Amino acid sequence: MAKKEVDDRFKKFGTVSFTAITKTNDFISYLEKGKVMGTRCKECGAIYFPPRSDCSKCFNSNMEWFEVTGTGKLLSFSELKYGPVGFEDDLPYTIALLDYGDYKVFGRISKDMPYEDLDVGMELKTEFNTLPNGQLSYVFKRP
Amino acid sequence: MGKVGIIGVGQSSFVRGYPGSIRELAFEGFKEAMEDAKTQIKDIDASIIASAPEYDKQRSPAGVIAEYLGLIPQPTFYIESVCSSSSSALKVAYSMIKADLHDIVAIIGFQKMSEISSSEAQERMGRGADIQWESPFGTMMPAYYAMYAQAHMAQYGTTGEDLAKIRVKAATYGQINDKAVYRKSVTLEMFTDPESNMSATVAKPLRVGDCCANADGSSCIIVANEEKAKAMCDKPVWILGLGAASEAVNMAGRDLFTGLNVGIEAGKQAYKMAGITPKDIDVAEVHDCFTIAEMMAYENLGFANPGEGKDLIASKETYKEGSIPVNIDGGLLSKGHPIGATGGSQIRTIVLQLRGEAGEMQVKDPEIGLTHNIGGVGLYGNVTILGR
Repeated sequence: MAKKEVDDRFKKFGTVSFTAITKTNDFISYLEKGKVMGTRCKECGAIYFPPRSDCSKCFNSNMEWFEVTGTGKLLSFSELKYGPVGFEDDLPYTIALLDYGDYKVFGRISKDMPYEDLDVGMELKTEFNTLPNGQLSYVFKRP
Repeated sequence: MGKVGIIGVGQSSFVRGYPGSIRELAFEGFKEAMEDAKTQIKDIDASIIASAPEYDKQRSPAGVIAEYLGLIPQPTFYIESVCSSSSSALKVAYSMIKADLHDIVAIIGFQKMSEISSSEAQERMGRGADIQWESPFGTMMPAYYAMYAQAHMAQYGTTGEDLAKIRVKAATYGQINDKAVYRKSVTLEMFTDPESNMSATVAKPLRVGDCCANADGSSCIIVANEEKAKAMCDKPVWILGLGAASEAVNMAGRDLFTGLNVGIEAGKQAYKMAGITPKDIDVAEVHDCFTIAEMMAYENLGFANPGEGKDLIASKETYKEGSIPVNIDGGLLSKGHPIGATGGSQIRTIVLQLRGEAGEMQVKDPEIGLTHNIGGVGLYGNVTILGR
């Protein structure tokens, strides 16, 4: 009997992914094309980032993808001097949250932006990147 | 339906590297509470065990611990909400008694954080959030709270020195609590002295001195219905208000970054149930896993207006002699934070305060006390109001 194909695309997300199988696996295929995507409920229009495969507003699973574009306002950030196991080579790095109005995006600040240049309220864009270990992710940069 | 009263409280010393098993650790807090309640094992007709399971090697610890404590064949339940597990358990115990299912319930919270190696603990810390969408970026508990600190500083002009003042207060009382893991003093100067470990950055803007001490420990609270509490206890402490709330696990799902919604929501519920306002609180224990967490608790619980928490600590109003004494047992920062035991330890402190039995830590004649216990990074929140 042929072995059943397992769709474990999500294990490619971030320095260390803790999830392999999810109905939002297409997120990774979009990342491979350089696009950071969220989901929108086709029934009620609710917008989700991070993307969800089910709408908790109207209990539908009829979702479509939309691209994160433009800039978001930096809500907060922190530079880590210690990281969990598996993240040692990335240190130091800065995690952050951007507000796009209809949704928010959590991620990391691009390495080429010094911590000293960051201010709450500044506008940043979200951009796909490939990590040194070959994993896929996205970072926040100056527009 | 009558009131629910606390008839016994106990806790182990909070230590690093407890030299025993989880059941032996749980026994310490339970024994002290049983002696305090002057009750018999046969009188306890149900138990609730609370811990964060990721630190346990034992699967389903409730049955194992209940057996070791002599609490079989009575029913035992396991309740988990990370750092607020034992406060969640208190709400469940209250419900069980109000439903007339049980008369007397023991809540045993424990955590042996040294049960697993430090590399195993590090690995688990990476998963202490939304493992699908946030952990892949390398998140840690201190970094999340650091983001709240950064936002608080940007909006209200709060400084690292304002936060350090909270640690100095915690250390003031940690020194007089013989159950505390950190018994040394901390000064403001240490936070700016590069030679001091306290000044070392963990996650900007938080430093080592802003972070609580990990510890092994256990706590126990014994609650009873009004009739039993009055018959068995000279000084029962009554549960006047209980609030509990939950929040989006990921930061992207939240809308407040200068405070914790769960603290605000659980506080509102507890004040309403007790029929009181923040001004009525005489003594409080708040969840200071990080200094910024205590600062936000002042504001979220209504002890200070948003942004004015720094003025409350600067004027020392949260010291023992102040208008609203907070964490007069050293708090999580100095007493230590054994996850599943923490809420029960906070309750114990307030019960001792209300009975006038807090010794050197005693606040002057309090009548109403409050505990504020947060699970995760504001994922769960519990506020409990107690009265004489």
